Amino acid sequence: MANQATAKKPGFLAERANFLDERVGVAGILKEFGRKIFPDHWSFMLGEVAMYSFLVLLISGTFLTFFFQPAMTDVIYNGVYGPLKGAEMSIAYKSTLDISFEVRGGLLMRQVHHWSALLFVASAGLHMLRVFFTGAFRKPREINWVVGFLLFVMGMAGGFTGYSLPDDLLSGNGLRIIDGMIKGVPVIGAYVSSLLFGGQFPGHAIVARLYSLHIMIVPALIIVLLAVHLFMVVIHKHTHYSGAGKKDNNVVGYPLAPVYVAKAGGFFFIVFGVIMLISATFTINPVWNYGGYDPSPVSAGTQPDWYIGWLDGALRLAPSHLEAGWFGFSWSWNILLPLIISLVFLFVVGAYPFLEKWVTGDEREHHVLDRPRNAPVRTAIGAAGVTFYAVLWAGASTDLIATNFKMSLNTVLTFMQISLIVLPIVAFWATKRTALSLQRKDREIALHGRETGRIVRMPHGEYIEVHEPVDKYELYKLTAFESFAPTLARPNEDGKITVKARMRAALSKFYFEDRVTPATQLEIDASHGHHDEQKAIEAKPAKKVATKKPAAKKSAAKPAAKKTASKTATKSAKAPAKKPAAKKAAPKK
Amino acid sequence: MSEKAKEHRYESGLAVVQSGKVSDPGIEPHRVRMTDKSEKLERTANRQVAALFIASAVGSAFSIFAYFAFPITSDLGTVRSNTLWLGFGITLGLLGIGIGAVHWAKTLMPDAEVYEPRHQSRSSEENRAAAIEIIKLADQESGFTRRKLIRRSLYTALAMFPLPAIFFFGGLGPNPADTLRHTMWRKGTRLAKDPYGTPIKASEVTEGSVFHVIPEGLQDLTDTKLEEKAKAAVLLVRVDPSVLKPIAGRENWSYDGIVAYSKICTHVGCPVALYEQQTHHLLCPCHQSTFDLTDGCKVLFGPASRPLPQLPITVDAEGYLIAQSDFHEPVGPSFWDRSAN
Repeated sequence: MANQATAKKPGFLAERANFLDERVGVAGILKEFGRKIFPDHWSFMLGEVAMYSFLVLLISGTFLTFFFQPAMTDVIYNGVYGPLKGAEMSIAYKSTLDISFEVRGGLLMRQVHHWSALLFVASAGLHMLRVFFTGAFRKPREINWVVGFLLFVMGMAGGFTGYSLPDDLLSGNGLRIIDGMIKGVPVIGAYVSSLLFGGQFPGHAIVARLYSLHIMIVPALIIVLLAVHLFMVVIHKHTHYSGAGKKDNNVVGYPLAPVYVAKAGGFFFIVFGVIMLISATFTINPVWNYGGYDPSPVSAGTQPDWYIGWLDGALRLAPSHLEAGWFGFSWSWNILLPLIISLVFLFVVGAYPFLEKWVTGDEREHHVLDRPRNAPVRTAIGAAGVTFYAVLWAGASTDLIATNFKMSLNTVLTFMQISLIVLPIVAFWATKRTALSLQRKDREIALHGRETGRIVRMPHGEYIEVHEPVDKYELYKLTAFESFAPTLARPNEDGKITVKARMRAALSKFYFEDRVTPATQLEIDASHGHHDEQKAIEAKPAKKVATKKPAAKKSAAKPAAKKTASKTATKSAKAPAKKPAAKKAAPKK
Repeated sequence: MSEKAKEHRYESGLAVVQSGKVSDPGIEPHRVRMTDKSEKLERTANRQVAALFIASAVGSAFSIFAYFAFPITSDLGTVRSNTLWLGFGITLGLLGIGIGAVHWAKTLMPDAEVYEPRHQSRSSEENRAAAIEIIKLADQESGFTRRKLIRRSLYTALAMFPLPAIFFFGGLGPNPADTLRHTMWRKGTRLAKDPYGTPIKASEVTEGSVFHVIPEGLQDLTDTKLEEKAKAAVLLVRVDPSVLKPIAGRENWSYDGIVAYSKICTHVGCPVALYEQQTHHLLCPCHQSTFDLTDGCKVLFGPASRPLPQLPITVDAEGYLIAQSDFHEPVGPSFWDRSAN
């Protein structure tokens, strides 16, 4: 009955759809995007986590703006939180306490906001690492790398401006550090500090100013950058991992509707739900414990939010007595050096795609991702960068490491200072070697197959381990990469070898001197010949290589294969079933 | 196979285009799922998805119930139960939808990989030519290249127009002038306890004790209290006079082993609040700069460069500790023309 009704008259939804289509042409949009293909891999969800955390930030942040008052006027606290009754504090801090203790669900929302901020920067950072290590930043995605990089920086900016709003002791100290750093900037430092704080530190302006940045400028920039980021993903179509059937001129995966609408849409709720669960059960930033900002007290063992840690660590690791008094002015190298190092680090991260492209000279579009091992030097550079960041980050906890492990603070700090230089080099070397070894292992597997763990004694007494060739899909995955060769510095049209050419040649040598080339079909065929010989001795008929098998044997093996396949119902018909088939076939002959 | 692949091509940069690569076998065949094979399992999955969605609805309803059932009262424990139960309800509401939708997609929607073509980002030659044509036409019609005067005056105008903003932003704060050079301390200002402002007698300060000090009268300030405190905070310690190694010219800046140093770190301005009694070291908890109290607070360790400024003190007729003068140098973090004057 219902069917008949709908056949006659368009239903409710159909009518709305028609309404929309006649006004904005949604059918065309749906036709274009509805069945767009997205590749599937867990690591592609990292960026999604970041995006969804941002949505959660918008939702929870909007709630908080309804209650938070960004004013620094002094008031006497007379709320429900006993320990602070009668204390002088700013309105900003008081309204934060009120949100926590007097608004139903207020503390929950504050915690949702703080946890999702931490998750936003974390997942954006992991997403960047995924993009880096798989070479997804290569042409045509260099601009999108830069946009994503800016998103990460804006995430830190949003985090810091938000962290400073409650005007509690910790956030005030964070601002004090910022003030001290700004003052250390040559020539303009003291002026900039005065402009920022509206006079002397702490002043009465900073919270309201950061609030404008935090709820308008920063989120607006993030939204714009995010829109550009996603727009470019649509233009380029998502990358896919290297594997059979995946090419630079196709995209393999599942359609947007319905699979990705359900998966990605559902994933938003999962991310939100997990943030909610954490926020309901774990306290974050209990500002009531610290009291309002006062320039005099500070508690030991204070830490910034995690994403600021590396900058704080950079400040801590600066050696003593760096300040210079050149020409009668203060050159605060103890502040400038960490600042410069951090900015250079960020710059290198942001500009890396262009650097690598200059070295490789690769002008092609890449849509198939690299396996990290197949770009050993890039992977090693990434590992060195991660290590550098991690040491700076650990540097922000020198005092906690020292007190928790009962070590001398001085020793811990000196160790960190040395580590900052030594560990990235170690990480580079170890990662590069590991990647090359993995490549060799891949090559080995492609040529000789997987180790089965079966040891067989040959007639002449030699023991060998039986290797089993991988299937054609796995074989393609193991061999489908390009190797790059270092180039020599070549003379230009005038016959001169420029400094630039020399530098490029040196870098190209650095990148590609050590390399492993993928196994070719010719090499594989040759090595299989050798294998078959071994196997013929091992167990005469047990040849598993489909390519060279005589037809008769193949058919003999087949029924056995089907038998086992039906027993283990999950296994698909062909490839995996070969293994038991071969075993069964062996005693037959 | 016999012909050697060219080692270098312009397009591929340094990539070696290998001959005889393993050929691409195409997308791996689809592995059939249990729910595709067994109707029973399909029905189970169907029920699971629905159960998750229903659980979600129950969770959302529960959070509304929790909103009323666990109100916040003057008892702080209610904050915890309010947060917890509201949060649990919403969590169930969210996770039910999320896990349900993903489970639906993974068990009941098609999971065979499909592909579609991908095009180069570069526009077709036709479009590129057309774009160039448009730019040329626009240039010709406007005379942008031809009319140098217009073009250059436009550049000038565009370069000038944001400049007023810089001056507008100048109003964000005053010229710091010499505010960074002076604190509230004057000759005769009594040293008072932080935060209540009670003056300190020299006799109260026993050996090894530490006082967090503010200038007397700071508490009476209204608008600039924190600004003045951020500069004037002092740490007062009494040590055995024999361990003090006063710097030449500062012999009488201490009183009977009582010394007063600025509490504001010379690194980036955190309060140097930790005193180690045995070693007479002062430690900044922010970045661990360590100062030797007995030796003019010189830097022993950490990123700071300069000693903490010393406040010259003495006692007045009533035995209260007083400042002899302001600090003799700017306190706190360094700034560009700090050493001027």
